[in-house]
Amino acid sequence: MRSLFLFILRNYFLFLFLLLEAFCIYLVVQNNYYQRANFINSSNGISANILAASHDVNQYFLLKDANEKLLKENAELRGKTLASFSVLVNDEYTVKDTTYHQKYTFTSAKVVKNSTNLRNNYLTLDKGSKQGIKNNMSVITSSGVVGQVKDVSANFCTVMSLLNSKTTISSKIKKDGSYGPLMWDVSDDYSIATLHDIPTHVRLITGDTIVTSAYSTTFPENIMIGTVESFVQKTGEFFYTVKVKLSTDFKKLSHVYIVNNILKEEQEELEKKSESDTKNK
Amino acid sequence: MLTTLIKNFIRFIVLVLVQVLIIKNIELGRFINPFLYVLFIIVLPFETPKWVLILSGFILGITVDMFYDTMGMHAAAAVFMAYIRPSILNLFSPREGYEFGTQPTIQYLGVPWFISYSGILIVLHHFVLFYLEVFRFSEFFYTLLRVLLSSVFTLLLVVITQYLFHNKKETE
Repeated sequence: MRSLFLFILRNYFLFLFLLLEAFCIYLVVQNNYYQRANFINSSNGISANILAASHDVNQYFLLKDANEKLLKENAELRGKTLASFSVLVNDEYTVKDTTYHQKYTFTSAKVVKNSTNLRNNYLTLDKGSKQGIKNNMSVITSSGVVGQVKDVSANFCTVMSLLNSKTTISSKIKKDGSYGPLMWDVSDDYSIATLHDIPTHVRLITGDTIVTSAYSTTFPENIMIGTVESFVQKTGEFFYTVKVKLSTDFKKLSHVYIVNNILKEEQEELEKKSESDTKNK
Repeated sequence: MLTTLIKNFIRFIVLVLVQVLIIKNIELGRFINPFLYVLFIIVLPFETPKWVLILSGFILGITVDMFYDTMGMHAAAAVFMAYIRPSILNLFSPREGYEFGTQPTIQYLGVPWFISYSGILIVLHHFVLFYLEVFRFSEFFYTLLRVLLSSVFTLLLVVITQYLFHNKKETE
């Protein structure tokens, strides 16, 4: 026992190194395999506040673009409301119609931090659990999809951007509904993503619209993703690999919407129940 | 002793802030991500105790991780770099050993010595970092290219920073 202690004491540098390195690798692996709420990320207090302050300065330079975008969107929304429904009650526009029920609610949020040049990119938004944000909610802008909420703190949340090697979005071709997983591959730059597994009988044309499919519980259906830039059939494969030009400009993100699927839990519970029933039999 | 401590503490904060507020936002394409903050470990004094060296590497890495959302990757790379530093210093030591009270910088040991010493440390740091980030070997050569290109840019930044501080000391 004594000689063991002496051995460790003599080689303490090596052991300290192995201990710390093991701890670091543990953190990395845990982060890779479990989407747990972690405390060392940019939604924690100190770094989020520093980043928020830095973003406040940066935002002044984006004001013009943001205003133009908001104006456009306001105009679009106004057209929709006046033309169709709405009963004015207490200054609030509500739809009184029992044919429809609400499935999604939207929360607007400001981007506090964003990157496009890493292999795994994340965003930080200024809304958190106090505003009702939860894990795995989807994030969109007026021009298209952005990503999925990963970790949430009281006032901030981090979002796994579409520009992340771990993001997969179930998407489909708008004109005929054939679907496949959309990913951000090694060879893609920040404005391109890759859509896999599109059967070769589909008549693709450059410029076809790609939207989200109804199979994901996080994204609403028919949210714009981008347009077909090019497509190839690799030798020996029965599918097209499609390069998609993303409609969202990830370098200019400043305001986004967080989408809450109200019926998500109900759907997942039901699906889980059916699965476990089959297993038990 | 105390002034060295304060000087290094300030250098730590300045380097982390420069890294996460400025360099992080400079976009040179996805192949090139320079990490200037490693300069902190490179220029720690020769007589720094080994445990201080490796612990400061860990704290430095984890601080940068907080801003990059990378959970332990920078920490792992920085700890590895701190661990390997004494061996690299031995490898390049002059015949009569290092002078007491000096630092491994350009001012004391010259440009060729500094570039080979810090170059090796930077490449090792970036190697660990980028392969941890990708976490698989299927993109091996692509990642290797990123490691080498980023290392060149980090080395460039490190040398430029050295000259900036050098000038300041002369005027003092």
